[in-house]
Amino acid sequence: MSAHAEQRPLTKNIDLKRGPLALKEYEAAGGYAGPRAIAAGLQPNEVLERIKESGLKGRGGAGFPTGLKWSFVPQGPDSEQQKYLVVNADEMEPGTFKDRLLMEGDPHLLIEGMIIAAYTIQASRAFIFLRGEYLLAEKRLAQAIAEARAAGHLGENVFGTGFAFDIVLHTSAGRYICGEETALLNALEGKRANPRAKPPFPQVSGLWGKPTIVNNVETLCNLPGIIANGVEWYQSLGSGGDFGTKLFGVSGRVKTPGCWELPFGVSIREVIEGYGGGMQEGYRLKAFLPGGGSTDFLTPDHLDTPLTYGAIGELGSRLATGTMILLDDQTCPVGMIGNLMKFFAHESCGFCTPCRDGLPWVDAIFRDLEEGKGAHKDIAILQDHVGYLGPGKTFCALAPGATAPLGSGLKLFADEFETHANSGCPYH
Amino acid sequence: MAKITVDGLSYEVNPDNNLLQECLSQGLDLPYFCWHPCMGSVGACRQCAVKTYRDAEDKNGTLVMACMTPASDGAIVSIEDEQASAFRAGVIESLMTSHPHDCPVCEEGGECHLQDMTQMSGHNYRRYDKLKVTHRNQDLGPFLNHEMNRCITCYRCVRFYDDYAGGTDLAAQASHHHTYFGRFEDGTLESEFSGNLAEVCPTGVFTDKPFSEHYTRKWDLQVAPSVCTGCAVGCNTTPGERYGSLRRVVNRYNSEINGYFLCDRGRFGAHYVNTDNRLRSAKDAAGMTLSTEEAEEKLAAVCAQGAIGIGSPRASVEANFALRCLVGEDNYYSGESAQNHEALQWLLSCLEDEAFSCPTIKEMEGADAVLVLGEDVTNTAPRVALALRQSVRSEATRLAAKARIPSWQDAAVRELAQEAQSPLALFSTGATRLDDVASTTLNADPASLLAAAKAVDVRLAGGSPDYDALIPEASSGASKGETMQAVESVCAALIAAQEPLIVCGSHAGVELMRVAASIARTLSALKSAPCALALLPAEDNSVGHAMLVRPQNTLAAALTKLSDGAASAVIIIENDLTRRAPSAAVTAALQAAEQVVVVDHLNTATTRAATLALPSTSFNEYESSRVNYEGRAQLSFQVSQYPSGTKPVEHWLGVDGALHSASLIARCSAEAAGFASLPKILPDALTRVAGLKVPRQSHRYSGRTAMNANVAVNEGKQAVDENSVMAFSMEGALLQQDASVLASPWAPRWSSNQSITKFQAEVGGELKQEQKGVHLLTRSVQSAVVEPDSHVVSGATDPATKGELGVHFVQQIFGSDELSAHSPAIRERLCDAYVALSPPQAASLGATTGDRLVISGTTTELSLVVRTQTPDTVAMIYPGTSAAGESINALDLPHRITLTRAPDQEAGAASLGLAALIVGDAVFSHARAAEE
Repeated sequence: MSAHAEQRPLTKNIDLKRGPLALKEYEAAGGYAGPRAIAAGLQPNEVLERIKESGLKGRGGAGFPTGLKWSFVPQGPDSEQQKYLVVNADEMEPGTFKDRLLMEGDPHLLIEGMIIAAYTIQASRAFIFLRGEYLLAEKRLAQAIAEARAAGHLGENVFGTGFAFDIVLHTSAGRYICGEETALLNALEGKRANPRAKPPFPQVSGLWGKPTIVNNVETLCNLPGIIANGVEWYQSLGSGGDFGTKLFGVSGRVKTPGCWELPFGVSIREVIEGYGGGMQEGYRLKAFLPGGGSTDFLTPDHLDTPLTYGAIGELGSRLATGTMILLDDQTCPVGMIGNLMKFFAHESCGFCTPCRDGLPWVDAIFRDLEEGKGAHKDIAILQDHVGYLGPGKTFCALAPGATAPLGSGLKLFADEFETHANSGCPYH
Repeated sequence: MAKITVDGLSYEVNPDNNLLQECLSQGLDLPYFCWHPCMGSVGACRQCAVKTYRDAEDKNGTLVMACMTPASDGAIVSIEDEQASAFRAGVIESLMTSHPHDCPVCEEGGECHLQDMTQMSGHNYRRYDKLKVTHRNQDLGPFLNHEMNRCITCYRCVRFYDDYAGGTDLAAQASHHHTYFGRFEDGTLESEFSGNLAEVCPTGVFTDKPFSEHYTRKWDLQVAPSVCTGCAVGCNTTPGERYGSLRRVVNRYNSEINGYFLCDRGRFGAHYVNTDNRLRSAKDAAGMTLSTEEAEEKLAAVCAQGAIGIGSPRASVEANFALRCLVGEDNYYSGESAQNHEALQWLLSCLEDEAFSCPTIKEMEGADAVLVLGEDVTNTAPRVALALRQSVRSEATRLAAKARIPSWQDAAVRELAQEAQSPLALFSTGATRLDDVASTTLNADPASLLAAAKAVDVRLAGGSPDYDALIPEASSGASKGETMQAVESVCAALIAAQEPLIVCGSHAGVELMRVAASIARTLSALKSAPCALALLPAEDNSVGHAMLVRPQNTLAAALTKLSDGAASAVIIIENDLTRRAPSAAVTAALQAAEQVVVVDHLNTATTRAATLALPSTSFNEYESSRVNYEGRAQLSFQVSQYPSGTKPVEHWLGVDGALHSASLIARCSAEAAGFASLPKILPDALTRVAGLKVPRQSHRYSGRTAMNANVAVNEGKQAVDENSVMAFSMEGALLQQDASVLASPWAPRWSSNQSITKFQAEVGGELKQEQKGVHLLTRSVQSAVVEPDSHVVSGATDPATKGELGVHFVQQIFGSDELSAHSPAIRERLCDAYVALSPPQAASLGATTGDRLVISGTTTELSLVVRTQTPDTVAMIYPGTSAAGESINALDLPHRITLTRAPDQEAGAASLGLAALIVGDAVFSHARAAEE
């Protein structure tokens, strides 16, 4: 194991062999230092400056600077006074299970992060929009919220600061599109989970038309560490232009698939071969999606790339959620991409044309290719859809996300697509 | 103004609009689906993609949706860019993957926006060879077909039906490419504006069901600009005719009145002209058919004898004026009920009063505080209700401007504003269908409503501090506290408003109309600007008729003259007097008269009592004018030739000049007070292109030489229309040269109704050659202030008399209008005559919804509807036809009644005749349950 494991601000309290820390244990381990610092006089604009300085980027996938996002919330006496914080805990990206670990393993860390965020943007209420299938996370979050409320950490007078703040835990009815922050807001309002047009951004007109910040679970879990240990400490973690630690995951045919907290800048090889234990006997790594189902394929040539937003971006892919899906040499790449396409086609909300009607066509072509009913013209149609469903053409990022594995896969596995078009899937 | 460049050409545009709207306003062709000029942008269909460029150096550009991009100054845009064009073709290809391509059997074919856009995009080769998604269709009631397989998922239907019109029973369901637009189960669409779906839907999912029953392609319809006769609003319509029958009515754009939308009464109510209930030949007293010549001789004899005339609010200005010419102004009488006559006299004085302004429908949409007194506009002037529903969005517009969200960003504006609405106060006896958007509703008996309205006036005037003394302690609806609260909130809203609006109408009674005017007058003084006051009469030409009648020449006076023998002959035009006066008075008068001439296009109780019945033409069969609630005269052109044997009223009456509309209009303008500007409604014949007439038939009209071959194989001579600027022909002035008479828009590449943008000066604005009619009345005087007399308000009850209820009449959109009630599709939506009682009153009778009640002392039976918002001392009665088939004359009923359960009925036995009833307080669900 490498020396990186020394600093684990996100997962230091997590031990899968036992349940999460109860409130007292969490506080004994140094928890809720952030809110206490607030109680000691830390002002919202000071927190905002600190988060901006830290260079924290959103961990939901887009990597947008968190402090900058917060700064768009209109403040001051003329601004709308009711503001909301919404936690995007609708973790449904294929291959991604990092937020689950945090919520099941250390729910108080998320609550602490939420108090810090809410205080900074002056939101009196927060909603955790939790993936419906995360039953254990729901149970543990509900328990932790109840504990925090009983201790006065939530409620009318948070930590004696006079700041009123409470949390509502909402479990989703279950659609991938709810992870899109504006579709999430619609779903939370009880409407169809269609995304909203941007602008206006949620920071200006969000939940029920009020200024709203939507942050990912992991993003918020970064906040207590930054407030407790300072910007310098935070920036000392990580390298390559990205600061702090990140949960990286590996799924696929490695010896020990899992999810680990590591500093930015660790190499892909280290994660796959070190933490993941390398490929299982008899399997060779063929390619991988570095950040979940909606990122472009990378190949074993890229294994020594450091895991940072910038380095992965330079390769034409995205770090996104940081959870890799590995393709081995004995799994059909066309089948793998087809499986993703089926998922994306099914999860389209049905609002905009290219996504709603384009993805099912893509999906149908994959089924034909699989069954040997495909033709060469189908591959051309797939190629057309890579452009047709690309960024800027659809209403939200769902379909462009789907084109990432599709477009890169068509390039990388051109021969295999040819084989499928000629004679169906050779892997059966 | 901003300057943008589109494909190298420079345009002056409005930067407050989006690029799509501005491109269309400039006459450019850019395909779209989900955007609608009245409903703004949501960015769903992605069809209007264009390229925009940062600056002249930017060669790559960015693909954007024109509907979601502001037309900002300096924008460089390309529609023709190869990538943008390819993307737009791709969108069509996507939309078409599951489309059935059933254009040959689709009602939309030939006027289908999807067809137009498909061709415009250039997509013409199908690559998709996988399975199509198919859907199950629903029975949506008598008005609309549902064919979901044609759906391209543009979301326009739900955006109109739910977001714009306030419907609740149509929704987007399921997701991804299984998205389904329908009801939660089969059943009649509840919204009074459902028919607009046929025009809002860009393809053939929702189509006009009565039209389908005798379908004709758009290009085969003979059309002319017309005006709806369904109520006093005067929405502009285009009826289409083929083989002598009216096939359908569609919206005709008018920037000030109906805009893009009609109500269902207007759209589906005109088919009465095709029914067997038409009077098609002249008949004598014995009911024997007379030839036209015989009938004319008999009529001449009556005229020679000297007759009085009774006009009609449902007859045109020309018909009424011809009658007045024939019998003389002294002998020309009102055909209105006493209540309406009085209300109209007041309405006319208000239209001439400079203290007020009368808002157009468009202006009503922009009001930022509205008070509706007594009038249930959804059922009496439905297009007004749709406009008032938009008015509450003024607050959303204001909030959006503050948040710098462009008003065309429809979804964003709604999400920002959420429940925030401009005030709309409804003072009414029972619940209304606008209650869901009202900020204040006050339900009380009519006398208490009047008192509350007076209190509003006194409070606004700021004079009397004890205005609360006006409000009675005991009202049968709202408590005194609730009433005071309502008065307070209404006053606060009206004072704060920039554009307040007061709405009342003749159904609410003249006393309430007087208070409405008084409130408006107070507001005018407060704001030093004329306050918008909309007083709504009952019928399409109520105002035109009232302007021709001397105030003292009431219907009662005419009937008395006949029964007294002071007059022995009467000529009645297009009027069923049993709807206007108590049956006994009508019967006595008609029996006493020696000669009763009735000219009408329908068989009615009055034509059956005639000694000479003469068949006249319906609204679509002759050119005529009507005056709407604003005093706006509008010309309605002849669509079809009139059936043989029938003639327009003015032709039967044969006064000088009557054979030519223009001459009659000229004479009317010279002789009748208030009609001086009437000739302005006539299209200026001198400006016609090279003297060409305007064709009623499209340039693609088919079958001209063959369509009557079953009658005679030689091609008949085309009918000549000397009376009009329009011709029964395919030939004539092209729309593109002169669109001043615009019945059915069409432009190259634009076959659907969306082609209207080609005729608008700017999208959603005025037509380039709009004929808006003419406002006849000028405002100059301050009319006398008349104090309302609360003692005469019907429904006021003496609480001492136990069990006695005050009668208050209610209207139904389908049924209360005489003519549309004969239309077959509307007939399916008629409900039985009913009485609505509060739950305690119903309980005291031991009766429930669907039971039959008898009015004590009469044999009149009414079905009971329990309505939660009904005041305890009021019986809200919808007259019409009872479950037993008796036609009820409202004017025969006393002002106060007691009710008992009809004998011989099972407890709770529901009448099916209530299943079609839709009212504000959710009775429909009871009726539905009863039906099951």
